[in-house]
Amino acid sequence: MTTAIAEPRPSPPHHRPDDRVPDYINVSYGVKSWLLTTDHKRIALLYLISITLMFFIGGAFAVVIRLELATPKGDLVSADTYNKLFTMHGIVMLFFFLIPSIPAVLGNFLVPLMVGAKDLAFPRLNLASWYVYMTGALFTLWAMLAGGVDTGWTFYTPLSTSPTTHTHVIPTAVGILILGFSSILTGLNFVVTIHRMRAPGLTWMRLPLFIWSIYGTSLIMLLGTPVITITLVLVAVERLWGIGFFDPRVGGDPVLFQHLFWFYSHPAVYIMILPAMGVVSELVTTFARKTIFGYKFVAYSSMAIAVFGFLVWGHHMFVADESAYAALVFSALSFLVAIPSAIKVFNWTATLYKGSIVFHTPMLYAFGFVGLFTIGGLTGLMLATLAIDVHVTDTYFVVAHFHYIMVGGAIMGYLGGLHFWWPKMTGRMYPEFWAKIAAAIIFFGFNLTFFPQFLLGYLGMNRRYWEYAEEYQVLNVMSSAGATILGVGYLIPFVYLTWSLWRAKEAGPNPWGATGLEWLTPSPPPQDNFPETPVVTMPPYVYSRKEAEVVG
Amino acid sequence: MFADVPLFPEQASTIAPRVDAVFFYVLGVTIFFTTLIAFLVLYFAVKYRRRSEEEFPVPNVGSMKLEFVWLIVPFVLAAIMFVWGASIYIAMARPPDDALEVYVVGRQWMWKLQHPGGQREINELHIPVGQPVKLLMTSEDVIHDFYVPAFRTKADVLPGRYTHTWFEATKPGRYHLFCAEYCGTEHSRMGGWVHVLSQDDYRRWLEENADRSMALLGRNLFSKLQCVTCHSGNAEARAPVLEGLHGRTVPLRDGKSVFADDNYIRESILKPDAKVVAGYEPIMPPFVLKRSADDTEGNLTEEELMQVIAYIKSLRPGETPPRVEESIPPEKKK
Repeated sequence: MTTAIAEPRPSPPHHRPDDRVPDYINVSYGVKSWLLTTDHKRIALLYLISITLMFFIGGAFAVVIRLELATPKGDLVSADTYNKLFTMHGIVMLFFFLIPSIPAVLGNFLVPLMVGAKDLAFPRLNLASWYVYMTGALFTLWAMLAGGVDTGWTFYTPLSTSPTTHTHVIPTAVGILILGFSSILTGLNFVVTIHRMRAPGLTWMRLPLFIWSIYGTSLIMLLGTPVITITLVLVAVERLWGIGFFDPRVGGDPVLFQHLFWFYSHPAVYIMILPAMGVVSELVTTFARKTIFGYKFVAYSSMAIAVFGFLVWGHHMFVADESAYAALVFSALSFLVAIPSAIKVFNWTATLYKGSIVFHTPMLYAFGFVGLFTIGGLTGLMLATLAIDVHVTDTYFVVAHFHYIMVGGAIMGYLGGLHFWWPKMTGRMYPEFWAKIAAAIIFFGFNLTFFPQFLLGYLGMNRRYWEYAEEYQVLNVMSSAGATILGVGYLIPFVYLTWSLWRAKEAGPNPWGATGLEWLTPSPPPQDNFPETPVVTMPPYVYSRKEAEVVG
Repeated sequence: MFADVPLFPEQASTIAPRVDAVFFYVLGVTIFFTTLIAFLVLYFAVKYRRRSEEEFPVPNVGSMKLEFVWLIVPFVLAAIMFVWGASIYIAMARPPDDALEVYVVGRQWMWKLQHPGGQREINELHIPVGQPVKLLMTSEDVIHDFYVPAFRTKADVLPGRYTHTWFEATKPGRYHLFCAEYCGTEHSRMGGWVHVLSQDDYRRWLEENADRSMALLGRNLFSKLQCVTCHSGNAEARAPVLEGLHGRTVPLRDGKSVFADDNYIRESILKPDAKVVAGYEPIMPPFVLKRSADDTEGNLTEEELMQVIAYIKSLRPGETPPRVEESIPPEKKK
């Protein structure tokens, strides 16, 4: 959110309907006009539909996993099926939902609007990246329909390259490899847009914090993704032709794979959480009607997380014959990456102090995010502590930890952002009552699902177990019950958001009294975003004339 | 029903209470900050709720002082976690010199264990209470992980090299042994029990299960595989003397030197050309691991390799067996 008081206020509110410029949804009609569009807003909606589909596919896998784990014996599905289920749940949710979620949907829609541009720097590349995404997704879905893959989403060697693993490793890897290019192209587009296409007066220190977080995310996408691409190629080459990179039988080193894999996949965690942090910064300021406390600290902490995120991959290998000296360094660096995250949490909290706070649904998600991310982050400190990690790595403790970050953090941020910008994207409000009910159900269901898993993990229950020791059953039943509630919670927004497209009341340009440039244009915005290029004269998050005098 | 639900794992090793102590410290920090943040967020949210649409709060752009407080306080708390956790980790990485050695081979999906006295077990491990036990481990196929929650001990078991871990059990009893690294179809069934016995029971168990010792089995292989032909115990022979090799630093042909541990001896058998001892020619043929028990291409199994190593480790000066006359060195593999 940038200027509150931008000089030429675009599109004064009292237009008669007939002299309005048509909005981006009604500017043209027909399937072709959507599939060949280069409008970033339409591409964002294409992504929204695609990732929602992937989310429910990944969710369906999770439902079967939790049903199987309701009893200690493997009685619902076979061991091989179970192994495929958790593998495909991870692959779909991480690569095809979480990584593109906020960047490709909200980022695509908002980056040009927030920087006051007509579109992204490379609109056709943007469309291409959606087609690349769809190609990768269809490829992977095909591999799953053809029989699936059971190596775990981590593809650890030599299991994944072993000739005795008969599942569809290569097609799945190819799907993810293709998808990677979509990430790279999106990241590239954002970086260039943020550098080159900011509106007059929109200096770096006036950028909305969402843009800072997307900028950090894009750098990780650009620099990290090629590494996973190369790694997957090496896996395929070893599997197809027996050229030894990772399998010691043919002269390779299995731990080398883990280094390469986590060099991308740890920063990838920040691809998922950084944009959610950006969303929360927007939500907290808007619904507390207060400028962010410590703008520079929040902005630079995104960059610090992006940079430090590349230096901690070795903490996934504390028990994998890593040298004790390397383990010490990676442990210390992992603690350092926690500090910028802590700074963000403290600054959001301080922003609330003496604010003017309302409890619309997006703000409820922001509160949920702060609480759950705090737990996820602090349990991350436990995992960074070497001695504790030895005990709990590869157990449900880790599963609980990263679901607190990714589901409690990233998905809460995504849903908060989706509700917040829904009026801008569609021109219609969501139903507040149902949205609050859903947020409450999701929060409760989430905690019931994943909190017992911390206890299970410390007790010693391992992840990726199809059967487990009987003493772990009560906690597993709680977790499965929670997952049912969580599943219902996720269906409710799907229903009412779809409903709202036709029935809900119109939103108007700025239903929240928010400050960003995106709120100065009508909802939904016209194809070119702004009738005239806005000029920015203020720092972001200035909510009143009085405030403008103090801050400006 | 809820009465038998365990919420905290048993502590049955010397390291377990130390791991739990640092865990409780981090847990305390976690509970404190989660409660603090949740309280502040809810308190502010209620106290400063919007009472009128015309309400515009006084902006506050931040405070350097506060920023440094919440930069430095977490830093100090995290530094304590790091040092505390690292010191225990270093203790975990260094087995005591008097540790009893047990040799572990993991495969899809079972654990095979050998004791120096030749006792062999599958998915069960019998150890004495109050004595450090060091595990020397490798895998025949994919990565596995030897995990005993009650000991807070976990270490990956990798193909192609030896890894180790150690523990000292403090309470007799029966504890879960799990494979913690996902290894394929029956991963969740690749486990068993660690039986911690009193010193007396352990001695009895050893006697009941006594077999030929690992070193003795290794000695037979040492002759059968013709090792003795060149490693004849004569300093003038074509190959270096192996007596007292383990734990020594060995000068190499390329001017470097290497510490002779289990991994070095393993490598020297499987890839003799990798590190050639100073003063010798790289003439030794590589020995090949059998992929299965009936594999005729290979020379020896992972377990037999461990027996040979156990034998080499047991060799003291003057103990190399006499060279057998009809021994001819095996042909070098193409």
